[in-house]
Amino acid sequence: MSLLTTLARLEAVRGGRAEPLATVRHRHLSERPMVLVPLTSAGEDGAPLAVLLGTDRDAPVLHIVPQPLNRTLRSEFLADLAADLLPYLESFGDEVELVEGSEKDPETGAKSPVVRELCADAPQLVVPNTGGVRHLALLGRSTRFRRTAEDEDPGPFPAPARVPLLGRWLTHLAERSAVPGSSLLLPMTGLLARHWATGQSHLEDQHLAALLAWHAPPEGQTGAEAAERAETERNAEGRLVRPPAGPTTDPVFDTKVLAPAIARYDAAAAALREAEGPGGGDVAAARQAVRVSVDRLRAVLRAELLPAWHDVWHGLDLLRALPPAGHLAERWTGDRWSYTGHRDRLAAGEPPQPRVDDAVTAARKLAQREREQTRLDVQEALDDPLAMAEHRLSGEAFSGVVTEVVPDYDTTGRSPKPRPLVTVRTGDRPHADPGREVHRVRAAPGPEAGPAPAAQKAVIAAVDPEEGTVTVRVLSGMGRKKEPEPGSLPEPGERVTFTLFELTVRQAAPLPDPDDTPWTHGGPPGAVVTVLPAVTGTDSGTDTRTDARTDTGTGTAEDWE
Amino acid sequence: MSSTEQTSPTGDPGGPVADPPADPTPGAAADAAVARILEATVRPAVGAPRGVVVDSPPGAGKSTLVVRAARELVAAGERLMIVAQTNGQVDDLVDRLAAKAPDLTIGRLHAADARPGPEVLRHANVTPSDKVAELAELDVVISTSAKWQWVRTEQPWRHAIVDEAYQMRSDALLAVARLFERALFVGDPGQLDPFTVVGTEQWAGLSYDPSGSAVVTLLAHNPQIRPHRLPVSWRLPASAAPLISGAFYPFTPFRSGTGPGDRQLTAAVRPDGSALDAAIDRAAEHGWALLELPARHTVRTDPQAVAAVAATVRRLLDRGLTAHSEQGSTPLTADRVAVGTAHRDQAAAVRAALTKVGVPVDGAAGPAVTVDTANRLQGREYDVTVVLHPLSGRPDATAFHLETGRLCVLASRHRHACIVVARAGIAELLDEHPATEPVQLGVPVAFPDGWEANHRVLHHLSGHRVRLGRS
Amino acid sequence: MNVSTNAPLRGPAEPLAQRLAELRGPAPQRSLNARALAALAANPGCHRRAVLDAAGVDKTALAARLGRPAPFGRSPLALARGVVFEARLKENGYAALLEPLRSRLGPAGEDGPLLVPDLLRSSGPAVRADRTAAALAEAAAEEHAWTLLDHPLLRLDVAGSTAYLEPDAVVVHGGRCTVVEIKSFPVLDGTADPGKVGAAARQAAVYVLALQEAAAALAGRAVDPDPYAEQRLPGSPRTTVLLVCPEDFGSRPTAVPVDVRRELATTRRQLSRMTGIERLLAVLPPGADFDLSPDADGAPVRSTEELEKTVGTVPAAYSPDCLSTCELGFHCRAQARCGDRVEQLGRGVRGELGSIRTVGEALAVARTGPVGDSGISSGEDSEDDDGDGSGADEAAARLAYAAALRAEALGRPHPAGPEGGR
Repeated sequence: MSLLTTLARLEAVRGGRAEPLATVRHRHLSERPMVLVPLTSAGEDGAPLAVLLGTDRDAPVLHIVPQPLNRTLRSEFLADLAADLLPYLESFGDEVELVEGSEKDPETGAKSPVVRELCADAPQLVVPNTGGVRHLALLGRSTRFRRTAEDEDPGPFPAPARVPLLGRWLTHLAERSAVPGSSLLLPMTGLLARHWATGQSHLEDQHLAALLAWHAPPEGQTGAEAAERAETERNAEGRLVRPPAGPTTDPVFDTKVLAPAIARYDAAAAALREAEGPGGGDVAAARQAVRVSVDRLRAVLRAELLPAWHDVWHGLDLLRALPPAGHLAERWTGDRWSYTGHRDRLAAGEPPQPRVDDAVTAARKLAQREREQTRLDVQEALDDPLAMAEHRLSGEAFSGVVTEVVPDYDTTGRSPKPRPLVTVRTGDRPHADPGREVHRVRAAPGPEAGPAPAAQKAVIAAVDPEEGTVTVRVLSGMGRKKEPEPGSLPEPGERVTFTLFELTVRQAAPLPDPDDTPWTHGGPPGAVVTVLPAVTGTDSGTDTRTDARTDTGTGTAEDWE
Repeated sequence: MSSTEQTSPTGDPGGPVADPPADPTPGAAADAAVARILEATVRPAVGAPRGVVVDSPPGAGKSTLVVRAARELVAAGERLMIVAQTNGQVDDLVDRLAAKAPDLTIGRLHAADARPGPEVLRHANVTPSDKVAELAELDVVISTSAKWQWVRTEQPWRHAIVDEAYQMRSDALLAVARLFERALFVGDPGQLDPFTVVGTEQWAGLSYDPSGSAVVTLLAHNPQIRPHRLPVSWRLPASAAPLISGAFYPFTPFRSGTGPGDRQLTAAVRPDGSALDAAIDRAAEHGWALLELPARHTVRTDPQAVAAVAATVRRLLDRGLTAHSEQGSTPLTADRVAVGTAHRDQAAAVRAALTKVGVPVDGAAGPAVTVDTANRLQGREYDVTVVLHPLSGRPDATAFHLETGRLCVLASRHRHACIVVARAGIAELLDEHPATEPVQLGVPVAFPDGWEANHRVLHHLSGHRVRLGRS
Repeated sequence: MNVSTNAPLRGPAEPLAQRLAELRGPAPQRSLNARALAALAANPGCHRRAVLDAAGVDKTALAARLGRPAPFGRSPLALARGVVFEARLKENGYAALLEPLRSRLGPAGEDGPLLVPDLLRSSGPAVRADRTAAALAEAAAEEHAWTLLDHPLLRLDVAGSTAYLEPDAVVVHGGRCTVVEIKSFPVLDGTADPGKVGAAARQAAVYVLALQEAAAALAGRAVDPDPYAEQRLPGSPRTTVLLVCPEDFGSRPTAVPVDVRRELATTRRQLSRMTGIERLLAVLPPGADFDLSPDADGAPVRSTEELEKTVGTVPAAYSPDCLSTCELGFHCRAQARCGDRVEQLGRGVRGELGSIRTVGEALAVARTGPVGDSGISSGEDSEDDDGDGSGADEAAARLAYAAALRAEALGRPHPAGPEGGR
């Protein structure tokens, strides 16, 4: 944790309320997000128990699995989930813009222009916490290989038709959520923690209700008191008033409410089977008893999920009150590319994402994540003075007022080039050894900023800690003439910021095609999977290692040019 | 820290290629190991694996081996490419190779915005270029793995040498392996692991985890490769090799090439009775000293500890020390002294403190004391080092500060003596450190554990403690 | 103090055991269960936890009496699932369990019958432990046999008293034994939740330690001081244990090896430290105890105030991790908050704050900076100023500077703006 974050937390302790960690909103928020609050069955990570979801905060839709260990019921649940989620996910696929780019011929290297579709918008799923993200990834893993009745060999337990498709979408969204700065699938705790500090630890911030308690503690209570109450307050039955926001349930709820309700369902279902069996019985009454037991389960699960549902929407309200950061649209374009790419792969009939990445895909994804992390760090610093303050504090940037601009020239070449000296008075103490390269921050933060002026590089020429001045020699961004272009240099009295890190993101080096995986990495995939612990067969999956293509685009246009 | 050591429930640790059973002199043992490596590299048997891996503990002659392998490969009529990990390492290697093998033509491939250093450009047999086509005909082309990743070539090299291979990430090897048919990988498994700042959990346990070490991937996919080992450290004195070997290389021990008394530090100026001089004398005599400040929780740039480091260096230079070794006697000048820290801000604070006491720290302006972090000191060698202990003054130990490789690098840069500056209380800090590490299935356990290694080094140092209290 | 890593565990110390029993009162001694071991691993430096665990105090009951009950509980659904999985493993003569174990442990073709000796599970712990030791010795003598010890009971000497440990199973084959831990979390595509695997590895390491001690005692030798050494005595445990988990989304078991040498070394040193408990007891006033029992009239022997006071005399090393590992976590958090201590924000916070220990102190220096300083100190005068000030000044200056930057970015006033103080 950085000292600035620590300080904000200390202030939150003292003030009893959350403190800002950002002056702008650093993640894109959709106008029509899909909120999902999932629950799993205790002791079985992959077994869904219930989900509350929807795009309308006043009309959440509930799906449950009355007996989480029953395959058929789980299939029905997944079919219901797919029926709700897929139309939402697919609804962004129709409206597209056309983007011109170029494509390189792999043989000749010659570039030819191409026009590609880019979806105008993309879906956004919001879950309460990172456990929710993991749960969706697990659902994706458990369903994307399922065979359906439409398959040639449907197997003993064919899944409903759209379930594998749901699995592929969930897998894609979960993968994308590992890319820094992406916004297709977001956990609310992470969103809030990026923008505000509470007076408690990161660990305690994982509890969504406790985290939110710091934002609006009831009259007369501190955030700490309100958070503790959110964590521990129980009603007369001993149940938590603010149940955890999933995916695991409160053991007391399981003991007192859920287990008995499931037992009632089991009994009713058994009675129905008996009534329908050779012995016969009052089938209508037995059906009615099953319905009653399911309704009871639905009622208790809805009640258990609703507080978290409202908390997620409350969090969205808080975030929407922040002005959007300047680079949000650019990063969201990356998400749109990612969405479009997945849409296209589905349309092209490609097989589901493999269970395990091959060497090249793993390396490509890592490179993408590292590049996006760098991009995110730079863009957040440019968009938000509080983010830039982190770099100033760590000696990686400095801000101050220009005191002097002295013209100077490099006369070593054929024609002299401008190499003026700019002196900045600053309270910052950058790790600025003479000769070190620095970069001038030129884009005005904010979405209304026009096209950014040319990048400007300089080197540290002198540092005077006593005077609190840093002098830099400007090397570029001044036009091509003998004298700097008017306006290309800061004026005395102007406030400037220089960073010691580059403001653009370097491209990652090319990697071989998966089919050209070298001997050092086991050769091309498909033949052998080398996972260190032995992996034996799959439950219901088809091994699709031979095709390892996955999403590799950040999705910005530069990646496929 | 990377470890290729691994056990199965039924098997025993698969060790590296065994040394001959006899106990020859260090020189003979090392020569035999080098001969085996060169044989496997230059004249591989039919059907031999495409890679040769050499584990080299600190100062075991890795650079010498690389130079020899390069000469022999070229002599055998091969074109050779060499991959190192940083520009500094590349420039070092070019400088050494150009000096030791003036008959070789050497290309220094560099990025357009990163000109090689003066030590490279002074050699007549070195051609710098940012275009590989201009270097293609030369005997040897050397660059960083980052630069090699961008190289396109019709004509791959038959041979490559990958230097500091344990510090190379698996994904970097994936990107450059297309450039060569066979390769010699040399590196020190005890130094710092490669790392990344983004999440990589989903690949943990995969043999080709892109964030892992290139050597680990290579060995997993080429099980027929059995690592060679350089068994003798020529850098570390007899006072240091047993400790470093036991603490950091528990399954692959090495020894010192010199015996007790072969290396000596003598001072022209008598001690002034201060704790600093006591520590210097202790280090001169025993190879180690622990200069201990009173226990206190401090910020990273603990001003008193930083000042103690600076004052120690000042006294080292003022006392007219001479280093006597098998290479002769040389005065201990500033360029033979290094200060190692865990963090960059600590290094900056030490540099500032040294400047204040008049010790040169800018190498461009003449002989100067090197002050750097463990990361940047990897592969470097000095006569005397002063180390600010990574756990000094810390209220908590973190995985970063406990990382085995960090302490290993800091404690193994010296030919004569190492003085560690630390606050008291590190033993207690270690004892109170929570042990709640997650465990990834299928990821070989890295040995030794940072805790054990730290405790072992500290235990040894406590026998050479000099307290710096209120005077 | 320099604690030796590998100090042998001490034998029974009567006066200490007596004192610990007094602390506990008439309640039965709580054994060193998995939760206590997890709490030990998570916070080995906490004196309060160390004393309560050594005395075998029921921390769940204590936390409830102190008004902040432990939030831990297990869902009956999870318990049922675990029971079902374990029962399935044991069907048909342990067939489902044996298959993955044999594929891991034995060369192909060695598939003699599985021996499952009766370990007298309904007897008392001492009898069970003796029976386990005898069964283990017998099985180790049979090189080619496969023996499964189902819920054996192992002894381990901890801080002068005997703790009993019950692994899920120990398999003996080829004269050596292997600890088997059965867990109900899944292994999915060869990976599993690293937090859960880590906890299982630490738990299994304690069993390996107990088995090593037993094998060493049987052979009349001491345990090798080298924490990584593989013990090779009759009946010695392997240092790689087997984790048996459901595979993927089904309930088919898979056995995965986990190397626990690192956890073993850690556990050894942590348990050896527990012998230092006498020193920790010294802070307790004479007569103070944690007696949670009711007196003859049904009223508590110790009032809540008395308990709180006694608990308060033993210092805690609170960190937010305690909330998920220690029953007293919520109590200690409330105390940390009352004490305005910075630890309430997490362990990492202190690294930035040096010797500053309270929120109030940190915020005070953030407003004003260190006395007489105008900004970041570069360590001037520290050499001759060995007072308590200089180290704190550095932290204070950084805090003040951070506060100025934060105020500037948020457009709030600050007494020493980043350009103001210079």
